[in-house]
Amino acid sequence: MATFLSLDLATWWFLVIGGLITGYGVLDGFDLGAGALHLFFNKEESRRTALNAIGPVWDGNEVWLVIAGGALFAGFPLVYGVILSTFYIPFMLFLVALIFRAISIEFRSKEPMRWWRKLWDISYMASSTFITLLLGLILGNLIQGLPFNEKHEFTGTLLTFFNPYAILIAVTTLSLFMMHGAIYLTMKTENRLYAKLTVLVNNCSKFFILCFIMTSMATLIYIPHMTQEFKRYPVLFALPLAAVLTVLNLKRNIDSRKYFTAFVFSSITTAILLILFAIGLFPNIIISSTNPAWNISIYQAAASETSLRIMLIIAAIGTPLVLAYTLFVFWTFRGKVKLNEMSY
Amino acid sequence: MPSVEILSRVQFAFTIAFHYIYPPLSIGLGVCLVIMEGLYLKTGSAIYQEITRFWIRIFALIFGIGVATGIVMEFEFGTNWATYSHYVGDIFGSALAAEGIFAFALESGFLGVLLFGWNRVSKGVHFFATIMVALGSIFSALWIVIANSWQQTPTGYRIEGEGMQARAVVTNFWEMVFNPSSIDRFSHVIIGSFLAGSFLVMSVAAWYILHRQFTKHAQAMFRVGLRVAVVAALLQLFTGHRSAHYVSKYQPAKLAAMEGHFDSLAVADMYLLGWVDQEKQQTSGIKIPGGLSFLTHGSFKTPVQGLRATPEADRPTAVNFVFQTYHIMVGIGMFLIALTLLAAFLLWKKKLFDQRWLMMIFVGAVLLPQIANQVGWYTAEVGRQPWVVYGLLRTSDALSKTVTANQVMFSLVLFTLVYVLLFMLFLFLLHRKIQHGPDVTQNEEEVSDLYSKRNINPIH
Ligand code: HDD
Ligand code: HEM
Ligand code: HEM
Repeated sequence: MATFLSLDLATWWFLVIGGLITGYGVLDGFDLGAGALHLFFNKEESRRTALNAIGPVWDGNEVWLVIAGGALFAGFPLVYGVILSTFYIPFMLFLVALIFRAISIEFRSKEPMRWWRKLWDISYMASSTFITLLLGLILGNLIQGLPFNEKHEFTGTLLTFFNPYAILIAVTTLSLFMMHGAIYLTMKTENRLYAKLTVLVNNCSKFFILCFIMTSMATLIYIPHMTQEFKRYPVLFALPLAAVLTVLNLKRNIDSRKYFTAFVFSSITTAILLILFAIGLFPNIIISSTNPAWNISIYQAAASETSLRIMLIIAAIGTPLVLAYTLFVFWTFRGKVKLNEMSY
Repeated sequence: MPSVEILSRVQFAFTIAFHYIYPPLSIGLGVCLVIMEGLYLKTGSAIYQEITRFWIRIFALIFGIGVATGIVMEFEFGTNWATYSHYVGDIFGSALAAEGIFAFALESGFLGVLLFGWNRVSKGVHFFATIMVALGSIFSALWIVIANSWQQTPTGYRIEGEGMQARAVVTNFWEMVFNPSSIDRFSHVIIGSFLAGSFLVMSVAAWYILHRQFTKHAQAMFRVGLRVAVVAALLQLFTGHRSAHYVSKYQPAKLAAMEGHFDSLAVADMYLLGWVDQEKQQTSGIKIPGGLSFLTHGSFKTPVQGLRATPEADRPTAVNFVFQTYHIMVGIGMFLIALTLLAAFLLWKKKLFDQRWLMMIFVGAVLLPQIANQVGWYTAEVGRQPWVVYGLLRTSDALSKTVTANQVMFSLVLFTLVYVLLFMLFLFLLHRKIQHGPDVTQNEEEVSDLYSKRNINPIH
């Protein structure tokens, strides 16, 4: 396979998709987390402020999911088909939850009736939580591997997905996003809501650290293939170390109420965790728990060389553009939220 | 229980048809918004600013549902059509990825500025954001229609592997992008969207005019909508004709189904209205003798390839369905041309807004482009059967192998329930927004009148 800067195209494309998923985790992570905390705010004005804190950006954040999906389809069509058809029911529920979340945000403040707003508040929180848990569940199963036969056909049932490790990852994802979302909201709010959030951030970060420790141990003990690559290249141990340092720093910044720095560190935490999983999987994308020979590697799954090359060009042109307008939008809406007549 | 194939087809058709209610409206409204806001910047008139803001709120509602239902589409290829995804991934994937990165990110990024940016950015930057959102929605249509057009007329590829492992691989990117049907179909789809959006604007405006509310605003909206609609209706005939031309060249079996033409040796007639009896393989109705021969070959006497020339296994089975959907589209197209030309003439004569009967027609006419857009796709997609990629991959071979009928039944029922709910909510909120109308600043009388009558809080 052709190479570029001494990495082959399939590896490049693996990196691109990893980058997109990380971007999705960091960006949609905070608005999903904010959603999962929504009912902790009891005042109408607090709820509206919390919604408008994510108002101008959540849709743009979700696009990273769309792009990551497209990139997976493009780069590794085989894997795209296998993952989506294997997780058929979870994905369908995921899609329905995405719909409910979008319309909850969109519809909630459009009518003044109390029951109306309450209903959409509940739907917003429930769908945000559910989406996060499902993402974690799917990720957990992919890390651990699933029963696939030699034709890459899934041989398990729906219950196979609900194993302890995957559930642990689901809860960890939720704790991470909740903390990330709470930090984001503290940056965007003032006065009483802010005071309330500072307490919430603290609790969320404790919850996350607990989950982080449990996940690290469970991965080391039960998921041997995640550590193989690290044993082969010991320098890689710098990464788990960095993860621990980041988390400690994160906690320190929260304690000293430096929320912007804390937000940067919780973004880095999300990124490092995903990078660790990616290294553990590489060069496979799909792990068959029945027989390692039936794993799907990036080389088996990759699209043709021509296609990968064209798409890298597309990505090289597109990514700076996307980053540029993402930054533009965040810059335009910087600072604390102020409600006005165009707000949600 | 019906087979996985039938269920998956029904589910795909249902979810895409539902998605396709919204994008044409967003695309068409996008263009109208650019014109309205442009007029505001040019004239500085408060009316244009108020109607721009009013339509931005409706745009947000439509756009939101479009996005939510679109994400379903993207993942449905993998969930239900895994073999197809593997087969076309090399080609289709790059179009979908380009769509995401170039179009959706542009749209969604600037949407925030469009909706919430009035007090945060200057007028010029806001206008720029409006243009970017409109362009973004047009780009999204571009890539997805290219991907679909490649399925209709594949070029620029090579087949690798065999049997179930076979897949199409790009050999020439530009040949794949500019396959024989993509330009004709893209222009047809976009102009169909302009019609959908502009007719929505005119329908709401006509409703206000009939109710004598927001009259000045309504007339301003109507003019913007009509400008777009007249041009689009005429162009649609032209691009539709171009599409028919490519179909006759590359998909003769589809063309034969569209006109219910079975016998290859016969001169082909063109039906204005008709019915296909599939058992007897006969078509009857009001027709222009030799019309189709004339359109395809430029002569009333030359025979056109009929359905029987294609082996039974390779030709569409729902002939009457394709025939009817096609004729409904063309009928609506002709009607829209007449309607918009008449309205433009009356506007020129300064008599348009007094014609209550015409305003009534315009209130209802919002449905016509929607119907035409839907049936247009049914013609194109059902007429393409039994192929999912024309001449290469059969629909029945394209399924996900591990997905069972029970699972698809579950998701189909789920989506039906959710979409019915979604549609009712959409209509409810749209109705409320239209009732609320634009926020009028300079004409106090009208505003207070509206609020006291309906007792609505001015919330958005
Ligand atoms: C790029 C791909 C693509 C695009 C843009 C569209 N479709 Fe499509 N359509 C497919 C790709 C596809 C498909 C995946 O190829 C299907 C699934 C089964 C099949 O035979 O083709 C299909 C089937 C399909 C069917 C069922 C046909 C049958 O099973 O007999 C209908 C009614 C539609 N589509 C309607 C639409 C509408 C209303 C669209 C407007 C937005 C649309 N399609 C856009
Ligand atoms: C099967 C084919 C299709 C797929 C997979 C698909 C996918 C999507 C996705 C994922 C989104 C959400 C993007 C976001 O998050 O912003 C979306 C929205 C959109 N799609 Fe589709 N789509 C399909 C068909 C079409 C067609 C045929 C058109 C136009 C002619 C279209 C035009 C749009 C537009 C303009 C939007 C933006 C939202 C809106 O304006 O409603 N789509 N689509
Ligand atoms: C005025 C006469 C019209 C003619 C002769 C015409 C012709 C055609 C033809 C031949 C196709 C099939 C293309 C294919 O199979 O790939 C088609 C598809 C379609 N038409 Fe029309 N059409 C007309 C009017 C309209 C109008 C008024 C609308 C909508 C407002 C519309 C919307 C569509 C759509 C959305 C499709 C499916 C996409 C595509 O395949 O291009 N058409 N049309």
